[in-house]
Amino acid sequence: MTLLDLVRSEPSIPGRDPALPPVISSRVRLARNFADAPFPGRAGEEAGVRLWERIRAVLCGLSSMPAPVIAGGNEEIDELGRQVLLERHLISREHAGKGRGSGVVLSGDGAIAVLVNEEDHLRLQAMLPGLRLEEAWSRIDDVDTELERAVEYAFSPRWGYLTACPSNVGTGMRASVMLHLPGLVLMDEMGPVVRGIQKIGLAVRGLQGEGTAADGHLFQVSNQMTLGEREADLVATLDQIVREIVGHEMNARARLRQKREALFRDRVGRAAGVLANAHVLSSKEALDLLSVLRLGGEAGIIKIARPEALDRLMLWVQPGHVQWTEGRRLSQGRRDQARADRVRAGVALAIRGDRRRGKSG
Amino acid sequence: MAADMLCDKCQKAEATVHLSRVVGPDVKKMHLCEACASASGIDLNLPPAAVIEGLLLGLGKAAAAAGGEGLPDPACPSCGLKASEFRSAGRLGCAACYRAFADELAPLLRSLHRGERHAGKAPRRSAGALLDAASADLRRELDEAVAREDFERAAELRDRLRALTARGEKPPP
Repeated sequence: MTLLDLVRSEPSIPGRDPALPPVISSRVRLARNFADAPFPGRAGEEAGVRLWERIRAVLCGLSSMPAPVIAGGNEEIDELGRQVLLERHLISREHAGKGRGSGVVLSGDGAIAVLVNEEDHLRLQAMLPGLRLEEAWSRIDDVDTELERAVEYAFSPRWGYLTACPSNVGTGMRASVMLHLPGLVLMDEMGPVVRGIQKIGLAVRGLQGEGTAADGHLFQVSNQMTLGEREADLVATLDQIVREIVGHEMNARARLRQKREALFRDRVGRAAGVLANAHVLSSKEALDLLSVLRLGGEAGIIKIARPEALDRLMLWVQPGHVQWTEGRRLSQGRRDQARADRVRAGVALAIRGDRRRGKSG
Repeated sequence: MAADMLCDKCQKAEATVHLSRVVGPDVKKMHLCEACASASGIDLNLPPAAVIEGLLLGLGKAAAAAGGEGLPDPACPSCGLKASEFRSAGRLGCAACYRAFADELAPLLRSLHRGERHAGKAPRRSAGALLDAASADLRRELDEAVAREDFERAAELRDRLRALTARGEKPPP
């Protein structure tokens, strides 16, 4: 089994939490470095390769990583494979661009990913569907605690875990939640919400993290400050804010129905029409329309037999996934056609739901 | 989305880039549109924290260039990273850099974070090793009790093992 087989088997993509429908996933990552080695940016390739080989074996033997643990060096995974891992949020953009000496280790359930030699020696990440920040923290805390018996971390009592970038020092923790907020976007209310979130020291980003657009009305909310607060408190604050944002989103959806019902029905109907019949679709257009269709299903405007199939499609319409399915790199034009083919079939299945395990993949 | 805030520079496009710039003791907020931000040399692909730092560190560099020709440029004794390299890239070279550049780091960290002192988890290598040994002993006893079907004793051992692991580390799943 390779890393990409693991991705193909799609571990743990259950439906959304009915109590908090806008929440897609929760993630907690810890930045860690070894005390006795220069940080990756200063270590040079050969030292990086030695460190990766050494830590790869340690990581594969951790009991806190559910088996089968799979590891891949960046030179073993081609560029397309790395893009797929990036779109799954299993590796970062920075990591995807690294070469020899960097690598990733994944747990068999797909929940835990350890990036080696990204900006820091280690980025430990736990990702779970729904709003489960506390559980994600607990799982990655276990991995970290088990690891610290085998290695010595760069740590200072005053400044905590030492990281290459001073913006991560302290807990080294970035907790984030992926949210689907079409109601706020369609009601033109996202601006004030974003400013409110920023005011309390949290960051809001688009689908693929820093500096990216919120295609598909998907947003990531995360803590920005890492020094001076306990991990459990950072997680609790984010959890609370996310619940508030979800409240705003549900209100926006209700108002969308009350005040702009004709427009709302029209948007949903057009989304269904285009998705079911288009022959050329860009990634952004596909994501935005799938988002509206998903919202229409949740609001009861259109009957969607398998809403989770739409969530899965939102993953599979991204450029890396489209090309990976085709088994090769494609020009943008060919990509947009291949995407439209997949979407037509996938959306028809999601609406009818007549295949029991209708894998849109 | 409504254009709620206009760019500070051109006053035409919607401001989508929001920056905090630290000048001495003051924090100045800047709101720019993407075009004006990239015209000002702000790389939108960098993480926001890096952009802020770039500005912060850039200011330090400008001040050095203005009146500080020949300022000392100390290097980290462990990895050799120079203070000037840290200022321009915003990245440290190794753990020892934190001690070597402590004077520059303290104000920077104050501006980036809420606190000045770590309050979270700390590595517990030795404590972990001790707990491990104790729980391994208990686990062995527990296995033996189960093997001889002494379930009362096994239940007691299981509770002790739970208490021990709850106090410190969690048992492997």
